[in-house]
Amino acid sequence: MKNIITVIKKQIRDTFKNKTVLIQFVMFPALTLIMENAVKFDDMPENFFAKLFSVMYVGMAPLTSAAAIISEEKEKNTLRVLMMANVKPVEYLAGITAYVWSLCMAGALVISTCFSSEELPFYLAVMGAGFVISILIGSCVGIFAKNQMTSTSLVMPVMMVLSFAPMLAMFNDNIKKVAFVFFTQQIRESFGTMSFDAIGTKGISVICINAALVFVLFFITFRKKGLQ
Amino acid sequence: MISCSNVIKRYSDKTVLSGISLDVTPGKIFGLLGPSGAGKTTLIKILTGQIPFDDGSVRILGKDAANLSGDDRKKIGIMMDSFGVYERFSCADNLKVFADIYGVPHSKIPECLDAVGLGDAAGKSASCLSKGMRARLQLARVWLHSPEIIFLDEPTSGLDPLTMKQIHGMILDKKDEGCAIFLTTHNMEEAAALCDEVALLNEGVIVERGSADEICRKYDHQRKINIHLTDGRDIELPLLGDAADRISEYLKSGMLQTIHSSEPDLETVFLELTGRKFDDRDCRTA
Repeated sequence: MKNIITVIKKQIRDTFKNKTVLIQFVMFPALTLIMENAVKFDDMPENFFAKLFSVMYVGMAPLTSAAAIISEEKEKNTLRVLMMANVKPVEYLAGITAYVWSLCMAGALVISTCFSSEELPFYLAVMGAGFVISILIGSCVGIFAKNQMTSTSLVMPVMMVLSFAPMLAMFNDNIKKVAFVFFTQQIRESFGTMSFDAIGTKGISVICINAALVFVLFFITFRKKGLQ
Repeated sequence: MISCSNVIKRYSDKTVLSGISLDVTPGKIFGLLGPSGAGKTTLIKILTGQIPFDDGSVRILGKDAANLSGDDRKKIGIMMDSFGVYERFSCADNLKVFADIYGVPHSKIPECLDAVGLGDAAGKSASCLSKGMRARLQLARVWLHSPEIIFLDEPTSGLDPLTMKQIHGMILDKKDEGCAIFLTTHNMEEAAALCDEVALLNEGVIVERGSADEICRKYDHQRKINIHLTDGRDIELPLLGDAADRISEYLKSGMLQTIHSSEPDLETVFLELTGRKFDDRDCRTA
């Protein structure tokens, strides 16, 4: 536990110095507040930008930041130093996950100011679950990639699909059919009524299958590549 | 404290370490010398449990190296050339991370930075450090938790002579404190200056070992004395009884400027044993 807290403290210390990661956490909450307050058009659905950017936030920020943090530590060989100082790989990954998840949730809290207090628990629960899946995907990429450049190349297409497919699905039925299999699309659907009723059992199953697949992928990647 | 017996390491068909055995006791510095590619870093990685080996045994603190507990690992400090520092952190913040891991109070950090001459650079970002300062920061990280066993992989590689001398002083201080120190280097002067025992490693085999003086004396085939006189002449005398009279004459007449025995240095011994030089440029890649 001590080592997990140390990793979290290290990351917090790094937050304001690592601009590329910091921008991931700040960009969508800031954009949401700006757009929600500045842009109005006829028949605009309630909290349109908050819901749209929330889905993009889930598909983008945790994934890219987890992958960037892990791959940077691998590339700079600081991860090996931590391992030699008796920080176990599981402790390191737990620390990174806790850190990224907490910062993403802080961002989600900012966005949640757009919603009513009744909608808040549902919104935060869905976002929290989505962040976990996204962080695990980012961790897989970070573990798999040897350096930051490879990590960015791998993260980019995954991030584009997860964050943009739900947005494009609003305009194209064919994309909607494909996007159905992604957890981000199901989160988008659930935001329609701000309840799980909108996505039904099928949608919840898709989220659970997504989560299960990501967990399996994570453990396979971790067992195969470790953190070295 | 550090002991290994008949360690063998292979990569595919290539044997990179063949039957390496050594012992390092508290308060001693063991130096592993050899050119790049000789297997020095591979051995240090095996001893520190970073990579597995194919045969033999490695014992650290009297225990199998593969079964060291967390507390045992806290008694070990490792500095490797490839190990990084947190670039965006200051020197002090870099040490704070490891102070938290090792349970060392943060109040010890300034003292630790002072010890390596980085007291004034505590708040300086690691990305702004010179190579020498970075090496000293890495040493501070090793010293921080006062380890009993220290592994140093080419600790002064690429550093200027002054920084090198400072780092040598720090290493000798740790030796005086009773640490068992294992260091690898391809700098024979460094080995001669620091190590109680050195082993010459070539293509994964220890070709000679002992104290630097012993090894040099053992390979002193010429057994000659070289004299430089004040009139500019260089004279070579065999190490025999007659030489004493002539040296005495030169001394009495005030003509003797310098006098040296002819035993070889470690590099010459290595060249004699392997036909290779320590210098990277002359090495075959292993």
